[in-house]
Amino acid sequence: MKQKKAITLLFTLFLSILVIAGCSNSDKEKASSSGESGNEKTIKFMHLWPEGSSKTHYTIVEEIISNFENDNPGVNVEVEVLSNEQYKDKIKVLSTSNELPDVGMTWAAGYLTPYVDGKKFTPLDDILQSDLKDSFVPGTAEAYAIDGKTYGLPLELNIATIFYNKAIFDEYGLEAPKTYDEFKNVIKTLTDNGVAPIALGNKDRWTGSLWYMYLADRIGGADVLTSAINRTGSFEDLALVSAAKEVQNLVDMNAFVKGFNGLADEEAKSMFMNGQAAMYLIGSWDLPNYTTNEDVPKEFRDSIGFFNFPTVDGKGELTSHVGGPGVGLFVSEDSDVKEEAKKFVSYFVKAWGEKSVTQAGVIPATKLEADSLELPQMYIDVLNELSNATNITLFADVQMSPEVAEVHLTQIQALFGKEATPEDFAKKHEEALSAQ
Amino acid sequence: MLSVLFYLPDMGLNDMDKVMSNKWIIALYVLPALLLIGIFIFIPLVLSGYYGFMDWDGIGAMTFIGLENYTAALQDAKFWDSAWHSFLLAIFSTLSLLIYLAIALILASKIKGSDLLRKIYLIPMLLSSVAIAQLWIKIYNPTSGMLNQILLKIGVENPPAWLAETSIVLYAIFIPILWQYAGFYILIYYAALKNIPDSIIEAARIDGASPVQIAFRIKLPLIMGIVKVTIVLAVVGSLKYFDLIYVMTGGGPNGASEVMASYMYKLAFDTNNFGYGSAIGFLLLIITLVVTYIVRKLTATKEEIQY
Repeated sequence: MKQKKAITLLFTLFLSILVIAGCSNSDKEKASSSGESGNEKTIKFMHLWPEGSSKTHYTIVEEIISNFENDNPGVNVEVEVLSNEQYKDKIKVLSTSNELPDVGMTWAAGYLTPYVDGKKFTPLDDILQSDLKDSFVPGTAEAYAIDGKTYGLPLELNIATIFYNKAIFDEYGLEAPKTYDEFKNVIKTLTDNGVAPIALGNKDRWTGSLWYMYLADRIGGADVLTSAINRTGSFEDLALVSAAKEVQNLVDMNAFVKGFNGLADEEAKSMFMNGQAAMYLIGSWDLPNYTTNEDVPKEFRDSIGFFNFPTVDGKGELTSHVGGPGVGLFVSEDSDVKEEAKKFVSYFVKAWGEKSVTQAGVIPATKLEADSLELPQMYIDVLNELSNATNITLFADVQMSPEVAEVHLTQIQALFGKEATPEDFAKKHEEALSAQ
Repeated sequence: MLSVLFYLPDMGLNDMDKVMSNKWIIALYVLPALLLIGIFIFIPLVLSGYYGFMDWDGIGAMTFIGLENYTAALQDAKFWDSAWHSFLLAIFSTLSLLIYLAIALILASKIKGSDLLRKIYLIPMLLSSVAIAQLWIKIYNPTSGMLNQILLKIGVENPPAWLAETSIVLYAIFIPILWQYAGFYILIYYAALKNIPDSIIEAARIDGASPVQIAFRIKLPLIMGIVKVTIVLAVVGSLKYFDLIYVMTGGGPNGASEVMASYMYKLAFDTNNFGYGSAIGFLLLIITLVVTYIVRKLTATKEEIQY
């Protein structure tokens, strides 16, 4: 008898091991089915602004969620927060196992494509046409459209500008350059005086891409890069090759800080913020550091200005920018609470538009009445740049499919490190683009 | 017979032998571990080999493309570059075992403060890889980093940007990797050396052997088994190495510090090419298996040493 008992006991033990091993799955099934049970509905929401590193963002999200829950009794929002890189990895794994959250964050264009091809995201055109009609800055929601359907609604809009340290400029009698010759003169004066002109963290690669994109825009016009990417043009276009040459000219002039190819953007930023470099090309998401961020010494914040990328040999428009929408919200195609999720997205976008710029210094992709808000002067200037913009070219690595983007980013590093000639650089892009 | 599981204290040694020679009981005891290894290691392993046959972006539908990924990988210059970098790391970490062995020999010979030193050597092992990476990124910083500051002080005019120059970045990363695992190997050697019975050393000393002779003729041969194990560990660990490289350079600049594992990650997660990434992962496994086999063959000896 005892033996039989023992056998039963053992089997229960092994079964429980199996259950433990498989429990993550059964838990989730339970959770998603409870999304519909009774009157309570649960929207699962994943975002990438942890309390530790993005406190203001996090707080706004919490506010929006609690307001939404108050306005919509019976609907709960369950939040999961991860930091940027972890978020990207987890979203990928979740989508493979069909367990995407009901609402989450995505990036535009190239990033979005595989998810749309795999039918993971649901089109949001209905709320875009009704609830949110005409509320986005033109060109922002479009970046999330594939084959005429919009799969994400953007929360941020950024343009890249060159921030510069006025204190250093004043010391050497320099002024913000308007033309490329003036710009080169600034670089020369600074290097002659032993000051590193430009902080660049090209380990992250998209940072160098910004420089290349602006040069391409100024030399070849607003469309040249975009048309090379969407295949109406060629990457071996003369303008794109000479933009690459110009990058290497800058490298030869020692325009960038020492060892830029091994520095992360964060390291470059801290060089700029410690006054170790005079200029820094970055997106307007960095504005709080130069305006409202109390952790940065006021003296430094007051000494920072920005200028648009200069025109090259009289070509290019100062009002043409590199930039675009940042993260946007998606709704999962397989969501059990799709209607509620869409409602939440629409609510979130509106509330975010009202709060983000004043509370977190994030320029939303929804239209703003700049004059009616109390903002630091630099914000008003950037918002004016945005409303006067003749063109915003979406970041190249976002425009491209992930595979081409990887080629682009690697080649950017090779170009800046002078391991690739401008011609090779263009050729590698052309090969990758025509291979798709 | 199953009573053995619950009435162990009552049993004599004979009963124990009887139970342990029952094949069913043996199978029963092995089962839990086997299940876990199966679920977490063997099944994913087979799956990644299988995904290697697919054209798959990790999100949408898979299409079977036969051996295309594998043949593409074999012709992929970047893959072979990264494999070469992994092999270099394996060679360097095997060579560095000599240094660790020397340190362990010194530590085990009852010198003053050896206890403290042993603990100091072990510290890097207690740090997480990311913390070590951040530490060394700071040390290597081309302008404000400790290393270049020292070089400037002693009169080197233009110290290199360690992580930015394609010709040195790989070796610059090897140093923290070797540093990270030094304590681990020293500890293993130290424990093995401490295991040698004092009587043998004593006898040698009485016979007039010098400390060097004792080290090379007695201690080393006695721990040869352990040394072989550490060689295999070092080689396998190097071939699949990932952490510091991913954090410190991301494989860059321009692929100069790419190793097989970081290349695999990049393909699967950055370019959404899970099929190709899986194929590379499977090749990584095969390469590691083959190299391990060769290493074991090369270091094989017939006789087992007994104290």
